[in-house]
Amino acid sequence: MSSELLKRRSVVARVLRDRGDTLVVTGLGNSSYDVAGTSDSAHNFYLWGAMGGAAVFGLGLARAQPGRRVLVITGDGEMLMGLGSLATVAVDAPANLGIVVLDNERFAETGMQATHTARGVDLAGIARAAGIADACLVRTADELERRMETLGAAKTTTFTVIKVSSEPNPTALPPRDGPYIRSRFREALLGAAAHR
Amino acid sequence: MSADWPTQIFEELKSADVRQVAFVPDAGHSQLIRLCEAEPTMHTVTLTTEEEGIAMLGGAWAGGQRGALLMQSSGVGNCINMLSLQQEYRMPLFALVTMRGDWGEFNPQQIPMGQSTGPVLEAAGVLVYRCDDAALMADTVRHAAALAFNTSRVVAVLIGQRVVGAKNFFK
Repeated sequence: MSSELLKRRSVVARVLRDRGDTLVVTGLGNSSYDVAGTSDSAHNFYLWGAMGGAAVFGLGLARAQPGRRVLVITGDGEMLMGLGSLATVAVDAPANLGIVVLDNERFAETGMQATHTARGVDLAGIARAAGIADACLVRTADELERRMETLGAAKTTTFTVIKVSSEPNPTALPPRDGPYIRSRFREALLGAAAHR
Repeated sequence: MSADWPTQIFEELKSADVRQVAFVPDAGHSQLIRLCEAEPTMHTVTLTTEEEGIAMLGGAWAGGQRGALLMQSSGVGNCINMLSLQQEYRMPLFALVTMRGDWGEFNPQQIPMGQSTGPVLEAAGVLVYRCDDAALMADTVRHAAALAFNTSRVVAVLIGQRVVGAKNFFK
């Protein structure tokens, strides 16, 4: 079974292949490394902490930039720490916000301990029950292709859990100087207004 | 004039171009919340826990909009780790905290967090200003917000129970 699991870095490469000017927020840990390793951009806001906050960071960004797609890419451990934020996001429901959870069922950064999703907790089900109607679970390459065909043009908040393998990847660290990350991001998005 | 301090706070938030207002409700903020919800230039979001507002308003500022976080002092304890987002990325955050466990409190459970609210915020690097006189509210809020947004700092205004009024358990 585990040999059939999707590989997280190729999943992220596929998710961001046609990103255009999509703004990407990454949850701490491997999600940040995957995005840095496949699609580094000034339009990426890499989180190095703020565990549990990635989805709501995306919410504030989506409301500030209603004309842009905002995609949060995070892990199952990060999402589990912010389960309440799924209720907050579901109620506010910006049309331009998507959340992708790379679910390896592990706290990978701290020694591969099993998370709750390894023990039956269904993040897509929780999101759907909170009110994010377009929530689904992806397990195969075919399912990923079908999901990606509709995701970019979605007219509602979307939530996508993608089961991925827990095997390690080559190191691909994004910048970790906070002021650099935020100034790079804001200047690319806002131009001179970033410095007012 | 000073009796209507919630309206004065609202006017200061508008003047500061605050566009997103996130909150876990507190009775002391109820009038301000109603004013913000009725204001078309402000987007209001109800949170399940205060730390969501820290991250949400980080995203808002990254996207070019200023925000304000409204909470009760009990909520400060929920925020501490998340505050490292603004501290480490040097981003502004403006919070208005209505106090419990303070002047005239009835509920003993409110004392520990109420009494540690200021020290805990300061230990986390937050610039804290306290307002116990409604006549000074507009001035306090205006200058605290200016400090937050002009210098990209995390600033909290603690609004004392002397201003809010102690909760009445015998209604």
